[in-house]
Amino acid sequence: MTMTFDMKEIVNGVIKGKIDEVKALAEQALSEGISPEEISSQGLVVGMDAVGERWKNDEMFMPEVLRSAKAMSSGMDVIRDQLAEKDNQVGTMVIGTVEGDLHDIGKDLAAMMFEGAGYKVVNLGVDQPSEVFIEAVKEHRPQLLGISALLTTTMPRMGDIINELKEAGIREQVTVIIGGAPVTDDFSESIGADIYAPNARSGVERAREFFKKKSAESGSN
Amino acid sequence: MQIIGELINASRKSIGKAIKNRDAAMIGRIAKQQVACGADYVDVNAGVFVGDEAEYLKWLVETVQEAVDVPCAIDSPDPRAVEAALAVHKGTPIINSISMEKDRHDNLLPILAGTDLKVIALCVEDGAMPETKEDRLRIAGRLVDDLVQHDVRIENIYIDPLVQPLGTTDTCGKAFLDAIEAIRETFSEAHTMCGLSNISYWLPNRGFANQIFMAMAIAKGLDGAIVDPRNKRMMATIQAAETLIGRDSYCENYLEAHRNKLFEFP
Repeated sequence: MTMTFDMKEIVNGVIKGKIDEVKALAEQALSEGISPEEISSQGLVVGMDAVGERWKNDEMFMPEVLRSAKAMSSGMDVIRDQLAEKDNQVGTMVIGTVEGDLHDIGKDLAAMMFEGAGYKVVNLGVDQPSEVFIEAVKEHRPQLLGISALLTTTMPRMGDIINELKEAGIREQVTVIIGGAPVTDDFSESIGADIYAPNARSGVERAREFFKKKSAESGSN
Repeated sequence: MQIIGELINASRKSIGKAIKNRDAAMIGRIAKQQVACGADYVDVNAGVFVGDEAEYLKWLVETVQEAVDVPCAIDSPDPRAVEAALAVHKGTPIINSISMEKDRHDNLLPILAGTDLKVIALCVEDGAMPETKEDRLRIAGRLVDDLVQHDVRIENIYIDPLVQPLGTTDTCGKAFLDAIEAIRETFSEAHTMCGLSNISYWLPNRGFANQIFMAMAIAKGLDGAIVDPRNKRMMATIQAAETLIGRDSYCENYLEAHRNKLFEFP
């Protein structure tokens, strides 16, 4: 008996945070000849998008979001090797927390949400000096650079990194998104960041809006 | 139980605005409310004013102490701001807070050494956040040894084992509670202190969860807390928990709270 694989099962598995089930479903989908691209873009990413939306509306909560992200990752693990590196990813993101700052929760959540949105995410970790950010931008040539700082005392490091990007002549090749509890729109503007995400759940949405606006602008020029 | 009133913190939008406008009436009013509700210390924080923190913190101490007769919790990692606040402070404040993070530690230790200042010692060190009870106990030991060696009396040390959000690590509540117990056993002359609302950060029904967690922490020996003293349910929880674990002889405070209608909620 042949069955057509229902991608909704993967979507629902991600939403409900069924870690083993999503892994098994991804394997099943592959074995039924569905492409890794489709499993990702029509299944895992759609599920995680719904999770992000429900989270934003307080219909889901952090522990559930974490479990969903884990479920999504378990599916991604199945198809990762078969996903062609460049063509099928939305883009690359480098993300990290600035020097002198050990906060990882918000940064890791943002990383997770971007991974859920289809980005390849390079997570630099916490307490990282500017050079590490600059080197990572040179090495990975990401579309997005995410910088996190949770302390008023470490916040200025974010501006330092942007200045060093300028000095290295690579400011224009990357979009800078910043976040962290003490960060505000005004601060973001004052240091010349491109996007300010007030929390981990809004980052993906703000980035999408930014790129949409940017491509509309470049289209009209 | 030592209560630090947490409300005068510049990162709260309305307070930040009041500080910026030097609104002494509002700051004084909030200090008075907190003390009326049972605060032993009034926390003062001007951390968002990078560059001008010292000046604002000094003004906060003066303004608060004009309104109320209790000491402040001087809430800053910046030695210049702490020094400026100390210069005008009356009585013995508590410094909030030192840790084993090198910069914070090296900046604040000279101010504390050989004084009668009280200090909150936060169980954080460079490298990684503590996860287990053992991590917290080890960092607490480093802090106590270090402070005592620099002539800070152990009874002036308030160890904060660090509350982390349950929403991202579902076992961190237990690690914290076990750490309180272990710290009270190991350093019986020292005190403990924490702001515990972080425990419920990612969860709904935070007030309820925070109250239960407070009661559990008190049962493990917590004897200081940074809270909003205007939160009637929280203050009632603290009072009831203290009485229930036998820190209230003849249940005097519990009964007084009853007569003052502190267990009646709107």
